[in-house]
Amino acid sequence: MPERTDLHIDKEIDARGSFCPGPLMELIRGVKSLPTNGVLAVLSSDPGSARDIPAWIQKARHEFVGAFPEQGYTRFVMRKLH
Amino acid sequence: MQDRMSLIVFSGTVDKLMAASILATGAAAMEMEVDIFLTTWGLEAFRKGHYLKNTKVSKDFEEYAPIMMEQMMLKKVPSWMENLQGAKEIGNVHIYACSMTMELFGMKLEDLEPIVDDITGVATFVERAKEGRITLFV
Repeated sequence: MPERTDLHIDKEIDARGSFCPGPLMELIRGVKSLPTNGVLAVLSSDPGSARDIPAWIQKARHEFVGAFPEQGYTRFVMRKLH
Repeated sequence: MQDRMSLIVFSGTVDKLMAASILATGAAAMEMEVDIFLTTWGLEAFRKGHYLKNTKVSKDFEEYAPIMMEQMMLKKVPSWMENLQGAKEIGNVHIYACSMTMELFGMKLEDLEPIVDDITGVATFVERAKEGRITLFV
């Protein structure tokens, strides 16, 4: 698993400090206004969201690019497929 | 055809409403259809303006009420009403008022917060819940 992604991030949502279901809700709202093929990153420090976010991305049939650990939080990156 | 979660909200204390709202939000986020049935104290909690002043916590834990409210404020936790509004925004959520409780408390739909969609009877709710995957009582 690479440490970073070199993908260009179209939209970054900082949901650090917000907790479940906050980060997931912000991701869902962010995806709505993203164009197809857009890449979105959500920054979250919440452990519940660490599982919810990849589960949602898979459920919603988008591409889960990866979860990249940073200092005290994780950057979740996805691409909108439809 | 979406999977359905049916949630009966009987309680009117903030701790339980919070739990109900988070369950509804999680289900809505996972693309489930969510039916919420408000009855008794749960219905009272949706009387217009009531949620702005509701600080009740379950009796067994009432000594924790002040610290819970304080922590929620400090950590900027969204209120249960905000969670439900968010859930409605991102998913398929319907909130129904129990017809029997409405009669008992002498209430009309316009006495309730606009987030409540309609009044329904228990039979209709049970029929819908029967088709659902998850039914919960809070």
